[in-house]
Parts: sequence; C-alpha cells; structure tokens
Amino acid sequence: MPHTLTISQLTDKLAQGELSSREATQSCLDRIDAVDGQLNAFLSHDPEDALAQADAADAARAGGKSRPLLGVPIAMKDVIAVNGHPLNCASKILGDFNSPYDATVTEKLREAGAVVFGRVNMDEFAMGSSTENSAFGPARNPWDSGCIPGGSSGGSAVAVAADECIASLGSDTGGSIRQPAALCGCVGLKPTYGRVSRYGLVAFASSLDQVGPLTKDVRDAATMLGVIAGEDKRDSTNVPEPVPDYIAALNGDVKGLKIGLPKEYQVDGIDPKVKSATEAAVAELEKQGAEVKEVSLPHTQYAIATYYIIATAEASANLARFEGVRYGARVDGVSPEKMNRATRGAGFGEEVKRRIILGTYVLSSGYYDAYYLRAQKVRTLIRQDFLNAFKEVDLIASPTTPTPAFKIGEKVEDPLQMYLSDIFTISCNLAGLCGISIPCGFSVSGLPLGLQLLGKPFGEPDLLRAAHAYEQATNWHTKRPEIG
Amino acid sequence: MREDLQHAVKLARIELSAEEEVRLGSQLGDILKYVDKLNELDVEGVEPTAHAVPLTNVLREDEPRESLSHEAAMRNAPKTSNGLFIVPKIVE
Repeated sequence: MPHTLTISQLTDKLAQGELSSREATQSCLDRIDAVDGQLNAFLSHDPEDALAQADAADAARAGGKSRPLLGVPIAMKDVIAVNGHPLNCASKILGDFNSPYDATVTEKLREAGAVVFGRVNMDEFAMGSSTENSAFGPARNPWDSGCIPGGSSGGSAVAVAADECIASLGSDTGGSIRQPAALCGCVGLKPTYGRVSRYGLVAFASSLDQVGPLTKDVRDAATMLGVIAGEDKRDSTNVPEPVPDYIAALNGDVKGLKIGLPKEYQVDGIDPKVKSATEAAVAELEKQGAEVKEVSLPHTQYAIATYYIIATAEASANLARFEGVRYGARVDGVSPEKMNRATRGAGFGEEVKRRIILGTYVLSSGYYDAYYLRAQKVRTLIRQDFLNAFKEVDLIASPTTPTPAFKIGEKVEDPLQMYLSDIFTISCNLAGLCGISIPCGFSVSGLPLGLQLLGKPFGEPDLLRAAHAYEQATNWHTKRPEIG
Repeated sequence: MREDLQHAVKLARIELSAEEEVRLGSQLGDILKYVDKLNELDVEGVEPTAHAVPLTNVLREDEPRESLSHEAAMRNAPKTSNGLFIVPKIVE
C-alpha cells in the first residue's frame, strides 16, 4: 500500500527499485477514489497529469537522477498556483480560473522532482478554522466524519491523515496549518515569516501568511521545508537567510534545550485530555534532557482581537482585486460599481464578506487610529513578549488547540466562538515565529490531539529537533484512522 | 445594521441580502465589542508593527525580463474584446 508511506520510506523504496513513482501515484489515486467521496478533501485532481509526472520521475531515476522528492505525490492547497490547473481558493468568485503560472513553492517542488497533483479543500480564501467555509462543501475529519478536520488547510490535513497523498502543502495565517494537523493527527509546520516565498500564494493577510508542509512525520516536514525554503526575488518580504540542513538537525539530542510553558496559556475551556496529553509530552522531552520552565506572555489575552483587526484589514485590501473585471466570475450590472457589488455579493461566502466588511471598517476614516493603528501597536507588545521569553528559553510548548475536533455545524452561527479557538496558534503569526504541531495523543472519544512547539524566528532547526526527538519516543504519529 | 457598518459595506462594494444584513450586522457588532478590549491597554509611545520581520527598501536591479504574455494575463477575464477588459458603460 504505497499511499500509506512517508516521504523517506517512499524515496528509499524508489531508490532501491522496489517501487515506481507510477505505482505510488496510482495507489494515491485509488485511495482517493475509495475514500474521498466521504471526506471531500480533494476539490479536483487530474489523474492523467499526475501519472505523466510520475512516469517522468521514473524515467529521470532510471537515468541516474536523484532529487529529494523525485516521484513523490504531493497535494496542493487550493490557494497555491500550479500552472495550467484550477485555482479557486474554495470560492465561487474565481469561477473557472486556471493559473497562468507556477507559485515559487510549486516550482521548487517540481525542481525537487515531486509529482504535484490535486487541489485540496480549504476554508474560502483561507478564512476559517473548520473548512466549513468552503464553497464546495466541508471536508470531513477522517477519524469521525461528523467532525470538522480543522482549517483553513483542512483538505491538506485530511489528504495526509487519510493517506490520499504522501504529503501536502498548506498555508498558515493564524494557525491554518497547525490546527488542522492537530485535529487530523498529522504533522504541520508553519515556517518563520519570510522563510518561504509567498509568490503565487493567493494573499489573505500579507504580513501573516506563510506556506508550509503537512506530513506524516517530522522527518518529512524537515525534507519539505528544505525544498520550499529560500530566497526569492519575486517576494520582497522573503528573507535572504541561508537555508540550513534541516535533516541534519534531527539528531535526537535535546539535552539542555530550554522549553518554556507560558503561564497565561492556562485558560478556561481546555479539554482535560488535551491538558494531560500536553503535560505528558513535555514530561517526555524533560526525560530526554530538556529543561522546562515557566515563562510569561503578558499580552496573550489581546492576541485574538489584534489578529482579527490586522488580518481583516489586510484581507479587505487584498480581496479588492476580485471585482469581476480581471478574473473569475462576473454578475452583470448597469454600471461598473453595480457590477462590482453584485459580483462580490454573489461570489463571496459569508465569512469572507464578514471579514472584508470588518477590515474595511477598521481601516476607514475615523476608525483607523482607534482600531488598526492600535492593533499594530499591540502587535508590537505581543512580539516583544515572545522575544523576551526567547531570551530565557529556546522553544515554547502548548496544546495546538484547546479542544479536539468539534462537530460540523457546531460553531457556524457564532463566528466569535470559532475565532476564540485559535488562542494558542494565532500569536505565532503576529510575532513572526515558526511553529509545529505534532500528534501527542487522543481524546476520550478517540480524536487526535496535537502538541504545539513555537520557535524563534528562523529557529526551525531547534523546533524540528525537539519535535523529532519526541516523535522517536512515541508512536502517536503512526496511528491511522479506519475510514468507512 | 448599524449606520457605521453600512458605510463599510458600501466602501467594500459588497451587495448583501436583507437577511445577510441583519445577521452580519449583529455578528460584526459582537466582534467589534470583543476587539474593544484593546482599549484596556496603554499604547502611548509604542511603535506600530506592520511586519514581524523588519525589512526595508528591498530592491532589485531594474532590468527588463520576461513576464506573463498578454494572452495569459487576459485569459481568466470574464469579458474581453481585442485584448482589452470589457466593463459596463461608465459615461451615460
């Protein structure tokens, strides 16, 4: 069953000639046919194109080529451009949009030899925490199809957890990689802002968005990051830091590594099993020689409010481009303005409308200073909290989410409640840190739970080393759901 | 919906149904009430953060290079004619 393999397992088998990329790719396609009717992780995929890429990879390997992802099927969140393939951001407003170019991350995957296939489901324009905001219907949690898979990269997490691909790419603006990874039982890595190019990633909140991998284990996350990271002249917010060897960081040695537990993260409403699983995970790292200490992030309680002002303000500007003229669907009107209004009214889903209106409001004349400018100042305080904490510790540990996956429909009517569930993931983006979620146990009802580790800007090597050391001592990441 | 929110809807160029206006109006009211908690903080003298990674004036050489072809740039537009975007009449 090649679709169940990790990247490292698959590339070993490919190198030894035990398996071809065509077989591995076909195995993923068969798996999609078998389970995706239930899960709705894939919005579309093109089997012929995937198999042609697989054949090309097999030919390259036969010709003596070796590249880090040669022949490995990778699924793409529907917010990342792949030349010649649909790009909808799970929205109706893009109509039958077809990407005229590759995103930088897509190019980098291709250079590494990957079979880039499939458009996976998400919350519309990456706005949401449940994938219920997809215009193409919700994706479902493979551990319990009555539950949400998390979001916004819900399809990316489901496709990995249900073995419909070997790994996937998602994007994370306030937890959109880490939260679904936690709720579906896979690994999700949000790189430091600026580490990975955003060129060809449809913008939601430009100062917060970052592309990252969802994988079956930590080693695969390190491999994927090594491929997609690096300087790109087409993204001026991309930081020209050299890309370290992330695999070399996985040496199992966490002796003396200092892990901080923020005292402000002891909030109400944390599921008891989430709490005990996180404590046990931290104890495991301590057993391996890490030092654990309490740290303080005094402005934690302001993070969600700050985020929903900054993210919506940036979104309102970014999504102004969907006006029915240059791309996507149009609803006719007698004047350009009426056409814009009708197009946007019909094309955007409700959460997107809510956020654009909120973002427009906080930027509008008379409210700018009170909301947007104030939020940017509080962002400074939040970032300062983390930089201070990171003078004392190397990593910060917490649950990824306060609870396991909730039921589909449970929070749809109350967007504020949905926002509040992002409490542990959101600050990472505001402060420009890196973060990872790794499986650390199961809820009473058998749903996966995630441990989140946060690292300093460009501290991915420490982050991956600790995550890998924990993973080596546990087998949570090897558990797979029974589907159907 | 509150008048100040109605103004934002107008600026955002989004047509709402009557039902949406009621529901979004009340939800946005709740969210604005929630974000008011930032007023508890004294931010006097605090510099705003626009970007978490402080980069300034990122420049590249101003050299001509390949870009999208005209055809590729136009091909996703809902209405075009002679290589131009077509919009509803602007002047009566």
